[in-house]
Amino acid sequence: MKQNRRYALGYLLLLLLLAALLLLGIFAGSVALEPERVLAILLGREQDTPQAQILMRSRLPRVLASAILGGALSVAGFLLQTFFANPIAGPFVLGISSGAKLVVALVTIAALSRGIVLGSVAWIAAAFVGSMISMGFVLLIAGRVKSRSMLIICGVMIGYICSAITDFAVNFADDSNIVNLHNWSMGSFSGLSWANLRTMTPVIAVAMLCTLLLAKPMAAYQLGESYAANVGVRIKPFRVALILLSGLLSACVTAFAGPISFVGIAVPQLVKGLFRTAKPLVILPASFLGGAVFCLLCDMIARTVFAPTELSISSVTALLGAPVVIAVMLRRQRM
Amino acid sequence: MEQPILHSQNLSVGYGGKALLEDICLAVRPGQILTLIGPNGVGKSTLLKTLSRLLAPVGGTVLLQGKELRQLPERELALQLSILTTERVMPELMRCEEVVGTGRYPHTGRLGLLTPADRAQVEAAMELVGVKELRDQEFRRLSDGQRQRVMLARAICQEPQVMILDEPTSFLDIRYKLELLELLKKLVHSRNLAVVMSLHELDLAQKGSDLVLCVGEGGIQRWGTPEEVFTAGYIHQLYGVTQGSFDPSYGSLELPSVAGEPEVFVIGGGGSGIPVYRRLQRQGIPFGAGVLQENDVDLPVARALAARLITEQAFEPIGPRALEEAAAVVGQCRRLICCVERFGSMNEGNRSLLQLARQRGLSVEIEGAGRA
Repeated sequence: MKQNRRYALGYLLLLLLLAALLLLGIFAGSVALEPERVLAILLGREQDTPQAQILMRSRLPRVLASAILGGALSVAGFLLQTFFANPIAGPFVLGISSGAKLVVALVTIAALSRGIVLGSVAWIAAAFVGSMISMGFVLLIAGRVKSRSMLIICGVMIGYICSAITDFAVNFADDSNIVNLHNWSMGSFSGLSWANLRTMTPVIAVAMLCTLLLAKPMAAYQLGESYAANVGVRIKPFRVALILLSGLLSACVTAFAGPISFVGIAVPQLVKGLFRTAKPLVILPASFLGGAVFCLLCDMIARTVFAPTELSISSVTALLGAPVVIAVMLRRQRM
Repeated sequence: MEQPILHSQNLSVGYGGKALLEDICLAVRPGQILTLIGPNGVGKSTLLKTLSRLLAPVGGTVLLQGKELRQLPERELALQLSILTTERVMPELMRCEEVVGTGRYPHTGRLGLLTPADRAQVEAAMELVGVKELRDQEFRRLSDGQRQRVMLARAICQEPQVMILDEPTSFLDIRYKLELLELLKKLVHSRNLAVVMSLHELDLAQKGSDLVLCVGEGGIQRWGTPEEVFTAGYIHQLYGVTQGSFDPSYGSLELPSVAGEPEVFVIGGGGSGIPVYRRLQRQGIPFGAGVLQENDVDLPVARALAARLITEQAFEPIGPRALEEAAAVVGQCRRLICCVERFGSMNEGNRSLLQLARQRGLSVEIEGAGRA
């Protein structure tokens, strides 16, 4: 029961951090907002002022989206780590985010040149297709190489190839809209709208629900395929479900915020350390909360440290996340 | 007799459609332990994987309680059959209790939460295997032997009717090897289940199994009770032993004897000679041994290790023929080691060998029990 207390305290800590960062995200920025003012705006008593515009059009959707997308991204990472039995697998290092980015960029450019502006659903669909293409390559490689580190190296290479092609495409397409595309392709939570939120929230909510239903077979799978099969996990459908869900979650993130590095690896690791367990039923929701906290913090740093200039979100997540990955690898060496 | 719980019909096993072992017909009933023995790499693990449905058969069928294994739904199979494999699993941050608890998977609901009844099963299984005190330790940090026992507890708490164990004794020390076999014997009777396992320890296989299946190069060679399988010379043939020897009645292994003309003569008997024979073998000194009755406990080791061995018929005092032969060997040696405590009517002849050695000026050593 000591265990259950630890879980309760862990969740409490994450929820408090989440609440604190959500509030901080609303108040802080290049234009500071006072609490009474925010309350007034939220209650609809103040409208059409510049402050109200900033809060309702930009800051609130941005804060909410970065929390939801951060959560989705770290859950996608945890799913991939379970799938590959590899603690440093994640959508970014395996090239899955970059694959999604490439297809979204190509589709967007093709659409823009015909004068079509794509909606949120089209972005997710394009990102999902890209994720699955990259994932296909990774799985092909995983079937041939047994070494875990080789798999990661191959994933990183796939990521570089996709990023390079995206850069070519973005540079050669000369349209004013491409400027936005360029920002997005570096990874950013800026410019997310309520319409985006209305699309991403149900998709991610459904995916999360399905993921929670996989918690039981995931726990069995942690002992390897043979033992999982022996206790009754239907291995093939289970693996397909893991791939589709992790692909869908990371596709949502990439579609709206571009590729974001290291969240998928670092957050599940930190959460597992905090809860001292890898039980999926505990870690899946905790990873979502942890990812939300982590991305809120990183986005906060990205937009405030050199305000009004914004850093790309990946620079911040890498700075905070990469050391965690190094620590994990060092610890495994010692095992 | 009860119906077999697990049996195979013309089963062929292997990888990628290529058969490694063919035409296997085996059957095991509740309450029986079936052990697979045979050299490395002949397909014992492949056969075990096929019997536990981790691998599809190349040909033929496996039947579990009369139903074809391939057609059983996953959950039904999981409720009837549990496994222990040789792969090293290193799950992250899992405590032993949680690892054992994964065995309850087929008994739990949608979210896999353990009920108090499940926890009691986990606890009981850990108690049986003697890993209860490891409960809260992290699985990855245990020794190989401890992990092996935790995984066995996992297989037990699944409450199967058949357990398929691939080399369950690997990494275990002698105490736990014996405990494991004792535990399996108890389990098969108290829970009326069947065990199919592979072992490398022939002595344990011989003593702890109801049935033995010998898997050799080119297929199944023998199948039957340990008494039928462990016959003189057969084990050498099965494993292709050319160096050393295996004694089927004791299940003991000896290294090859040192060839050459004997330099030392050893007077043994009643078990006193065995440590001396083995020491001389280690030192690479060819030796003669005698005179031993054919029913002496020293005889199997002397036969395996001595360059020359002089024997007398069982239950007979040492006669002149054997004595003459032994005297000739003593005559060639430089040393004589006498291990026996006393000379009686049956080994009186050996006293004269000792005197002969002293007369001839051989260096005479009195060893062990004989020194008193």
